[in-house]
Amino acid sequence: MDINTIIITVVTLVALGLVLAVVLFIVAQKFKVIEDPRIDDVEAVLPGANCGGCGLPGCRGFAEACVKAENLDNLFCPVGGNDCMASVAKALGQEAVAKEPMIAVIRCSGSPDKRPNTSQYDSAPTCAISSMVFSGETGCANGCLGLGDCVTVCKFDAIYIDPVSKLPVVSNEKCTACGACIKACPKAIIELRYKGKKDRRIFVSCINVEKGGIAKKSCQVACTACTKCLKVCEYDAIRIENNLAYIDYTKCKLCRKCVTECATNAIHELNFPPRKVKDTSGETAVKNEENNA
Amino acid sequence: MLKTFPKGGVHPHENKFSAHRKIEVLPLPKQVIIPVSQQIGAPSTPVVAVKDVVKTGQLIAKSEGFVSANIHSPLSGTVTKIDFFTDSSGYKRKAIVIDVEGDVWEDSIVRDSSLVKECSLSPEEIIKKISDAGIVGLGGATFPSHVKLSIPKGKTAEFLLINAVECEPYLTSDHQLMLEKADEIMVGISILMKALNVSKAYIGIENNKPDAIELFGKKAAEYKGVEVNALRVQYPQGGEKQLIKAVLNREVPSGGLPIDVGCVVHNVGTAFAVYEAVQKNKPLFERVVTVTGKSLNNTANFMVRVGTPVTSLIEAVGGLPEDTAKVVNGGPMMGKALNTTDVPVTKGTSGILMFSEKESDRKPVENCLRCSKCVYVCPMGLAPYLQMALSERAMWETLENQHVLDCIECGSCSYTCPSGRPLLDYIRLGKQTVNKLIRARKA
Repeated sequence: MDINTIIITVVTLVALGLVLAVVLFIVAQKFKVIEDPRIDDVEAVLPGANCGGCGLPGCRGFAEACVKAENLDNLFCPVGGNDCMASVAKALGQEAVAKEPMIAVIRCSGSPDKRPNTSQYDSAPTCAISSMVFSGETGCANGCLGLGDCVTVCKFDAIYIDPVSKLPVVSNEKCTACGACIKACPKAIIELRYKGKKDRRIFVSCINVEKGGIAKKSCQVACTACTKCLKVCEYDAIRIENNLAYIDYTKCKLCRKCVTECATNAIHELNFPPRKVKDTSGETAVKNEENNA
Repeated sequence: MLKTFPKGGVHPHENKFSAHRKIEVLPLPKQVIIPVSQQIGAPSTPVVAVKDVVKTGQLIAKSEGFVSANIHSPLSGTVTKIDFFTDSSGYKRKAIVIDVEGDVWEDSIVRDSSLVKECSLSPEEIIKKISDAGIVGLGGATFPSHVKLSIPKGKTAEFLLINAVECEPYLTSDHQLMLEKADEIMVGISILMKALNVSKAYIGIENNKPDAIELFGKKAAEYKGVEVNALRVQYPQGGEKQLIKAVLNREVPSGGLPIDVGCVVHNVGTAFAVYEAVQKNKPLFERVVTVTGKSLNNTANFMVRVGTPVTSLIEAVGGLPEDTAKVVNGGPMMGKALNTTDVPVTKGTSGILMFSEKESDRKPVENCLRCSKCVYVCPMGLAPYLQMALSERAMWETLENQHVLDCIECGSCSYTCPSGRPLLDYIRLGKQTVNKLIRARKA
């Protein structure tokens, strides 16, 4: 090959490269987007899960909102929690209000042995479609459908459907309280509650709003709104609406009196040590062991 | 060559076992449960209280707004409860319970069966009477009839179409009604024509009902401007848009209504109810229901009062066959399986079907083969496989752009899919979510 061809090629390409580099440089200067550098700083300390748990489109969206906002009172990253918000506040030179850590709880305990099937669903295995078609395979129109829309939507692998009870189980360690499962559940079974000291929680694990007798007929562990728990609670934490008891987690002091009082075992306690008193050797103790396992 | 709609459609086995079975009047039930929401639109408001004594045909719940319908007592007796009761979906809905004590009719209702042909009322008066009688579309969609008859400003109706297609397999209620009440239906049609101020009406009948075509051909000759159209059997020809395309070759635009192409479609059962309401002052409180199934020896067409429990219909044909796996409310294509038979018959119940294990089994779901059969059979020219995929992935905006709201939920796609994919289930979910999004956008 002629040496000149090589030289011409090299020179042409180098010249072309230089010209284009200059053009690109000018364009880059002309159309430069000036962004608040603090957005990057804030984003760097966020978990980067892009889960939308804060209610904003992804972590970048949250960072932008933090930088724009005057204070951080209404902004909270449930995944990062208080530590993360403290770092955000530090990066912005503001103060963050510490919030109680939350966790998702499943308010249904109607496993197949407690709540027998009355019909069979054979269409697409998603709760959204099932609840659109009919009230569910069991006599309870409010309970868990067990098809796992909450599992599909969880970005943190924190929920799984227990193969025996056919109910979702939330992992203490993995759940970030982003709230995705709450939006996905068509029956509104899942609720965010205080995670509690040592992950200890007490809640009514039922959302059946039928009258007592009908609720009990369709599910053995349904809340019948018998008001026993209401009477035993010393902290005014329990209220009964629509034939259903609800424990206010901001008032509950985790005394466990309502748990022993509940006639249908609808009130659950999680992660408590086994009771010392001997008269609880029955079902409650067994339940404790199950929960701790 | 018989007319039909050109795009899509399927032809399932007809299985019309109860054809030519005379309409029997079901014995009166002891108790009726009447849901206050039997129509598309706002639920009605009860106007009776517990312990009130009601007569057959008395107004017990009045319509709430324009798109709603009155509800009348189907029997005479005492109101015992107004509470929430399980309806055909399994969810609890508000309903009025009446303990039946007899069958004493309101005095205003004319009970003799002589044919009254003349109708001297003005169109407004006719529509008022239809609205008062609580008539809804009896094909199954239960859309209030007076709404369809009130033509919006700027639109004119040119044709009345009478839907006597009964394209759903198994169902024979409309067919039998046509054979037994042809004269009344013809008067009903002429009343509807007067209310709409149109001079031309077409009756669309599929050619699996040759006796009805012949009978109505004869009857129509006596009435000016009524024409019978025999149509080739094709599901879902009973869909409004498909019927208009088949009979008149006009296409309803996407998102539009039949009135946009100058048509109003009414079911043949509705025409009969209109006759009774206008000429006999009889409100809508009973309808023909087909009770059928492959394993039944004794299929039937019953004249049933609204509120009668489905259980008593099943008992009247000799109880559930042993191999029953599914009881379906409505036709086999668009009907819904019941999860309990302790639900009342409503204005929209056209049939109660009992399917055996073998018939009701759904094929195991496999991956989409890209065979495009669903695209071929979709009568609305949509791409069901794509809509299902988008719905699965929650891509609602894209789904909206794919005209998911044009789906008429006929189920031809699910019926035809060789991989047994639940296409319609996902499309329904998509429709529901897209509707919600649109409402949220407007708010």
